[in-house]
Amino acid sequence: MNASPPALASVPDPGGPPADARTVAAPRPVLRLRSWSLRLSPRGLAAGAAITLAGLAVSLFALSTGEFTVPVPDIVAALFGEGPPVAELIVDRLRAPRVLTGLLVGAAFGVSGAIFQSITRNPLGSPDFIGFTAGAATGGIAAVILGGSAWQIAGASLAGCVVCAIVVYALAFRRGVQGHRLVLVGIGVGALLVSADWYMLTRADINDAATAGAWITGSLGGRGWEHAIPVAYALAALLPVCAWLSRPLRMMELGDDAARAVGIRVEPVRAVAVVAGVLLCGVATAAAGPVAFVALAAPQLARRVSRSPGVTLPLSALTGAVLLIGADLAAQRLFAPVQLPVGIMTAAIGGIYLVFLLRRERR
Amino acid sequence: MRLYGTGLTLSYDKRVVATDLDVTIPDGSFTVIIGPNACGKSTMLRALARMLKPRAGAVHLDGSVITSLPSKEVARRLGLLPQSSIVPDGITVADLVGRGRYPHQRMMRQWSREDEVAVAAAMRSTDVTELADRCVDELSGGQRQRVWLAMALAQETPILLLDEPTTFLDIAHQIEVLDLCADLHEQGRTMVAVLHDLNQACRYATHLIVMRDGRIVAEGDPASVVTADLVREVFELRCEIIEDPQSGTPLIVPEARRRPVAVAGAGAVAGTAGVPVSG
Amino acid sequence: MRLAGAATPAMPATGSPVRDLEESGVLRGGREGGNADGGDGDGRDGGRGDGLGDGLGDGRGDGRDGGHEDGHEDGHGDGRGGRSRPTRPGRRSALLAAGLLAGLAALVLTAMVSVAVGSRSVPLSTVLDALLAPDGSTDHTVVRSLRVPRTLIGLGVGAALGLAGALMQSLTRNPLADPGLLGVSQGAMFGVTAAIGLLGLTSPTVYVWFAFAGSAVAATLVYALGFSGRSGGGPIRLTLAGVALGMVFHAASSAVLRMDNATFDRMRFWLTGSLAGITGDQAIRFAPFLAAGLVLGLTLARPLNALALGDDAGRALGASVARTRGLTAVAITLLCGAATAAAGPMWFVGLAVPHAVRAFTGPDQRWVLPYTVVLAPLVLLASDVLGRVIAAPGEVQVGIMCAVVGAPVFILLARRRRLAAL
Repeated sequence: MNASPPALASVPDPGGPPADARTVAAPRPVLRLRSWSLRLSPRGLAAGAAITLAGLAVSLFALSTGEFTVPVPDIVAALFGEGPPVAELIVDRLRAPRVLTGLLVGAAFGVSGAIFQSITRNPLGSPDFIGFTAGAATGGIAAVILGGSAWQIAGASLAGCVVCAIVVYALAFRRGVQGHRLVLVGIGVGALLVSADWYMLTRADINDAATAGAWITGSLGGRGWEHAIPVAYALAALLPVCAWLSRPLRMMELGDDAARAVGIRVEPVRAVAVVAGVLLCGVATAAAGPVAFVALAAPQLARRVSRSPGVTLPLSALTGAVLLIGADLAAQRLFAPVQLPVGIMTAAIGGIYLVFLLRRERR
Repeated sequence: MRLYGTGLTLSYDKRVVATDLDVTIPDGSFTVIIGPNACGKSTMLRALARMLKPRAGAVHLDGSVITSLPSKEVARRLGLLPQSSIVPDGITVADLVGRGRYPHQRMMRQWSREDEVAVAAAMRSTDVTELADRCVDELSGGQRQRVWLAMALAQETPILLLDEPTTFLDIAHQIEVLDLCADLHEQGRTMVAVLHDLNQACRYATHLIVMRDGRIVAEGDPASVVTADLVREVFELRCEIIEDPQSGTPLIVPEARRRPVAVAGAGAVAGTAGVPVSG
Repeated sequence: MRLAGAATPAMPATGSPVRDLEESGVLRGGREGGNADGGDGDGRDGGRGDGLGDGLGDGRGDGRDGGHEDGHEDGHGDGRGGRSRPTRPGRRSALLAAGLLAGLAALVLTAMVSVAVGSRSVPLSTVLDALLAPDGSTDHTVVRSLRVPRTLIGLGVGAALGLAGALMQSLTRNPLADPGLLGVSQGAMFGVTAAIGLLGLTSPTVYVWFAFAGSAVAATLVYALGFSGRSGGGPIRLTLAGVALGMVFHAASSAVLRMDNATFDRMRFWLTGSLAGITGDQAIRFAPFLAAGLVLGLTLARPLNALALGDDAGRALGASVARTRGLTAVAITLLCGAATAAAGPMWFVGLAVPHAVRAFTGPDQRWVLPYTVVLAPLVLLASDVLGRVIAAPGEVQVGIMCAVVGAPVFILLARRRRLAAL
C-alpha cells in the first residue's frame, strides 16, 4: 500500500499497560507457538467432539444396517476395497455415497445457514426463508418437469439459486445491504418463486408433478458418488473462505459501525459471505433437493450446545451434517418399508426440537 | 496534525448535511463537538472515523487520505465508540472487550500476550474487571457503556472518537464516563467526542468545535469560544455565562422565563440554576 | 409542538411506532387520552419498537440509539414531519375516511368486474339483470351459480387474510408476521389435508372444521410458546415458534399428500390457493365464520393501538393485555381457518396489504384494519380476474396471481428507507 511516514509505522501505546496487568481476562485457554496463537473454547471443543462422535456413530449405523446387515469390520474393509464382494457392493455402491452426500449436504446447509443468520443478525435469516432455497427449488422443478437428467436438475437448481441470490442482493442493495432488508426482499422474491413452483406443478402432467413434488421435499434416496463428489469439491473450495470469514463475521454481529471501527471492510466481507453462503446452499440443494430446516436449525442447535454467543461456522457444519444423516436414517427406518423423503423428517425433527429448545429457554 | 478533513461534502443518500467543511483535530487534545440537533456533528464524526464516505473532499490521517489506508491499519491508529451497537445474545464482558483486539490479530495470531495485556488494562481502566464473566445483556446502562468503552480502549489507538458516549446515561454515569475520558486524555490519547450537554463540553474539552447547519461556527478553547452571543446564535437560547464554580470553565445558565424582581449578581443567578455553592 | 419536540430526542429515528403515532395525530391529538404526558415512556417504547422494526433477531439492541440507516443526523428525530407538517387531526381523519370510501367504491367495481369477466364474458347490464331479475338464461346461470359465489368468497377470503395478517403484525409488533409465517395457515392446511387425505372427507362443510381445529391448535401452540412465561416472551421467539410449527405442519401435510397420487392431484390446485369451483352453497357455509372473524377483528383496533406502545404502556392506558391477545388469537383462528378451508393457503395477501396500508395510514389500527379489510379483497379479486384473463380459457390460480401482484409491491416497500412502522 502507500508508504506511510516512518514515525507512524509503529503505533505508540499511550495507555501504557503496565507489566503487572496480565492474568485478568483470559477466559479461554490459548495455544501459542512463537508468534502464532489460537484461541480455544473448551466447551466448543467438547461440543465439536461430541457431535463428531455422534456423526460417526450414525454413519456407521447407516452403513451397516438396512435390508442387508453388514458388520462394522466389513464396512471398514469395504471402504478400503478389501471387504467381501457383497459388502463392497452394498457399502460402496449404495450406502456410502448416500451417507457421504448426506454429511456433505448437511454441512453445506449448516454453514450456509450460519453465514446468513450472522449477516442478517437474525435467527430466521436462513436461506430457507430468504428465497435462496426457493430459487434452487424453482430451477430444479423446471428441470424435473422438462424431463431433465440428474445432472441437469442439479445444474438448474444451482443456477436457480445463484440467479435468485443475485436478484435478491441487487434488489436489497441500497448503499450497502442491511440485514433486515435482505430478509424482506428475500421473502418477497421467495414468495414469487414458490408460486411459480406451484404454477408449474398444477400445469404439469400428474406424474411429472408427483416427481417434482417429491423433489421439492428434498431426498437422499438414490444418491450416488456423482452427487457426493461435486458437493465435496464445493466444500473443499468454500470452507477455507468460510474460515477466513468467521472472524470478521463475528465482529459484524456487534453492528456495522463497531465492525468498521476495528477495521473491517463491511460491504466486501458481506458480499463474499453472501456468495459463499449462496454457493453452499445451491450446491447442497442441487445434490439433495431443498431439504428444509437444516440451514435454519443447525446453527441454532450448535449455538445452544456450545453456549457461544452468535453462530459458529465449524460447529454449524458438524451439526448440519449429523442432523441430516440422522434424519435420513430415521426417514428410511422409522416407517419401513415406507421410505419418507428426508426433507419431511428434517422439518419434523427440526421443528419439534426447536420448539423444545424454545420451551427450555423460556424457563 | 494527525487527523483533519478538507473540503468535505457529507450526505446521506441525497440529503446533503454539510458542504465544503474543513475540520482539524489538534493532536493530544480532548476535542468536543457540539451543536443543535441535526447540525451535522455526528455526521462529521462519522466521516472522520471513515464510517461515512465524503461525497467530496477527504479525511486525512497521518498525512494519507484515510480511505487509501488499509482498513486494519486505520483501526490500529483510530478507534470509534459508535452510537449504536448490537449485543449478541449471551456474550460476556471479557469476550466483548476482547473483540476490540481485532485489528491486532490475524487468523494465525488470534490471541497474543499483547492482546491479553491490552484487554486487562482496558478493563481495569474502565473498572469492569469484576464484570468480566458477566453477560453484557444483564448489565445496567452505565456498566454497558463502560464495557463498550473498554472495547474501544482495548483497540489501543492513539486517537479515540466517541459518538455521544453519554446518551441514555443518568447524570452520575455521564460524569463517570466523561471523567474516564479525561483520564484517557491525560494519558496522552487524542479524544474526540460528540456531546449534547454544553456545560459538560465546556468542562471537559480542551478544544471545542461548535457547529450549526453543517458549518463550523466557532472553535478553540471553551473559555474563549463560549459566549452568550454564540449560544444565542447557535442554539437560539438566551443565556448568561458564568464561571463554573468547580472547574472555572464557562457555565451556561439559560435565561429564566420569569426573572426574580430586583435581584442581580452572579450568586443569585447561580442559585436559580441550582448549582451548589461549595467551599 | 414543544412537547412533541421534547419527546423526540429520546427516540430512535428508525421505525419508531410512537413517532408515527405522533404523525398520525393519535398522540398529539390526545384522542387516546392520557398520552399527552407520554414523553418519558415514549423514548423507551420507541427503543423497543426500533429493535423490532429492524429485524427479528438482531440480538438485543443495547438500549442506545440506532438510526443512521435512516440518514438521520445524530440519530435523533429532528422532527421531520413532526415539526414541518401542521397538525390537523380532523382534516387527516376526513381525508382517510374519504380514501376508505373511495377504496370501497373501487372494491364494488372490482367485484362487478369479477362477476362479468371470465372465460365467458357477460356484459355488466346482463350481470345486473341476472342479479335483479334472473330469467334462467345461460349467462344468468353462470353469473348466479358460479361467478357470484366465487366473487363473494373472494371478498370474504381476501378480507379475512388481510385482516388476519394485520392483526398478527400488530399483535406481535412484528412486520413479518403473517398467517403463513406464524404457522396458522399451515395448521389449517394440515387439518384440511388430514380430513381429505386420511379420512376421505371431501365435503368442504366438513373439512372447514378440521381447518379450524388445525389453525386453532397452531395458534394456541404459537401463543403458548411465544407469549407465556415470566418475561412474557417476545416477537423473536413468537416468530421462531411459528416457523417451527409451520414447518412441522407442512411436513405432516406433505407426508399425507405423498401417500397417493390421486389425493395429490386433487389437492394441488387447492394447495396453490384457488377460488375456482366454489358453489353458492359453499359460500354460504363459509360466510358466518368469515363474518364473525371480521367483526371481532375490527373491534380490536383500539386495544391493539394501546398495545402498540408496548405492554406496559398498554396496561397504563387501561387495555387488558391478556384479553386483547386472546381475542385477537380467536379472530385470527376464525379468519385463517375459514379462508384456508375455502380457498387454500394464500400467504402473501396478509403480509403485503397491511404493509402497503400502513405506508399511508400510519400505524393507527383504527385506520389500518378497515383499510386492510377493504383493500385486501380488492387485491385478491383483481388478481383473480387477472388470472382468468391472462390464461383464458383456462386460469392462473389466484394464490399465484396474488404473489405475482403483491411481491413487487412488497419488495418496493422493503427497499424504502424507513419501512412503515407498526
